[in-house]
Amino acid sequence: MSDRELVTTGHVCAVPIRAEDDLLAARHAVRAAALEAGFGLVAQTKLITAASELVRNCYVHGGGGSLVIEHLVPPPRAGLRLTISDEGPGMEDPAAALIDGYSTGPGLGHGLGGAKRLVHEFHLETEPGKGTTVVITRWAGER
Amino acid sequence: MSSSEIPILRLGKVLLAGLLKELDDKTAVLFADELSHQVSAVGAEAVILDITKLEVIDSFAARILVEIATMARLLGARVVVAGMRYPVAITLVELGLALPGVETALSVEHAMKKLSPPGGSRVG
Amino acid sequence: MLGDMERARGEIARVIGEHRDRIAAAWVVAQESRLASPGAVDAEELREEAETLIACLREGLAAAVPLDHVVTGFPPIKNAVTDLSHRWARLGVSATAIAGAIFALKDACLEVLAEEISDIELRLEATQLIHRLLDAAGLLTFQTYVDSREEIIQRQNRQLLEISTPVVRLWRKVLAVPLIGTLDSARAQIVMESLLQAIQENEAAVAIIDITGVPTVDTAVAQHLMQTVAATRLMGADCILSGIRPQIAQMIARLGIDLSEIITRSSLADALTAAMRMVDDVSPGEDTRGESTLLNVP
Repeated sequence: MSDRELVTTGHVCAVPIRAEDDLLAARHAVRAAALEAGFGLVAQTKLITAASELVRNCYVHGGGGSLVIEHLVPPPRAGLRLTISDEGPGMEDPAAALIDGYSTGPGLGHGLGGAKRLVHEFHLETEPGKGTTVVITRWAGER
Repeated sequence: MSSSEIPILRLGKVLLAGLLKELDDKTAVLFADELSHQVSAVGAEAVILDITKLEVIDSFAARILVEIATMARLLGARVVVAGMRYPVAITLVELGLALPGVETALSVEHAMKKLSPPGGSRVG
Repeated sequence: MLGDMERARGEIARVIGEHRDRIAAAWVVAQESRLASPGAVDAEELREEAETLIACLREGLAAAVPLDHVVTGFPPIKNAVTDLSHRWARLGVSATAIAGAIFALKDACLEVLAEEISDIELRLEATQLIHRLLDAAGLLTFQTYVDSREEIIQRQNRQLLEISTPVVRLWRKVLAVPLIGTLDSARAQIVMESLLQAIQENEAAVAIIDITGVPTVDTAVAQHLMQTVAATRLMGADCILSGIRPQIAQMIARLGIDLSEIITRSSLADALTAAMRMVDDVSPGEDTRGESTLLNVP
């Protein structure tokens, strides 16, 4: 993970992910945080879409978990870090899961790899039987 | 039957549906189902999906849109997706989803123009 | 030792308080001869600057703040120094001259201190103290100067990016971005966003990206151009690429992108002609105008 130095986190917000109904709540929370962090319209949409992919994976494959939203506040560089984690079966081959078209569930198999392209930093940690945690970061004001 | 709560308007042989700000997975699936029944029941020649208000399209929603287009084509109708917002378009392209097989238009009005031959009366 | 220093601090505060007019006058004279462009800051302003600085310095010395934090941690001094730096930087005074002005305050103070403090030990202590304080203030002016320059550079960068990606309306429903100069990934992204936003706001049917003035592109930029074309289509508009140079054509070909899906013209004029035909042309010819590629069944 190529986290930049001097990153301090501001306030934190957690959204439980139990079922499909939590997807909208998760998107709303990310949108609110992105607005607060001063994200532009395109950056907002990219982050919400990435979160949507990962949250869906979380309840479809991981049997639910949580989404944690952290504000990164080293002025003038504001950003958001989202941590989506579950305690599900984990992945056998995380590298393959990042390739477009790979899918073991609904969707087009662009979820994980697509989410990675929509953010600045992407970190996936998984092991069979030990769940999956994805940490994504997007900085405001960067393309 | 209309449990997706997305109203589908009928204008002659054209079906028009306006999606709202948000589209969750369950609604999307129900809607695709309803739409296919309507296309077949009405013998629709075209379907216009107004997505002017839709703020997020992720890979699941994109898949539903492509499925609707394919399904409609099999039933003999064209599908025009109208009014996609620019942040949504940028995001979809970056996700690697170009919505193959889906026709697009700037707005419902443009979609109507696209569907109706000049001087013809296919719409209405 | 500590006692000496505290005593020296008190003495300096007293002396510069009592003789502030003299110190200020000496400093103003020094500045008038030192500043490269004497007209930039007039005598009246110099006088005010001097009085503010000396008053703040005296306050800081008298306040219960550790010596090392008097400059950076005592807001009145810090503000006085940064304000002066900002103001002079804006007037075009160099960083060296601004720091020099702060250092000149040493001479003005030391001259008076030498006359007013007869105890040698105390005078030595006071001299060191003044050096430490004003060295810190000098460094602060440098930092402020660099910061404000940085801010200007950032702002100009943003403005330059905006200026260099103008989206123009060439015709009813026809937009164009004439790109000039090297395209990097960041600029390509901005072009993409501003063009798509303009399409949405103008309900433009055709967008022309003219890259006649772009000498070369890298893979990432070629990819961005293709993404822009794809995004334009998703919005329901058409995109024409014009003025592609041979090297860029090679690059695009190497990426394995099917050029049959992209409408291209050799010049902006040709592109405009094509665009006008596309806009006026209603339904019948629709499927032959390049858009038909969207109809591919997966």
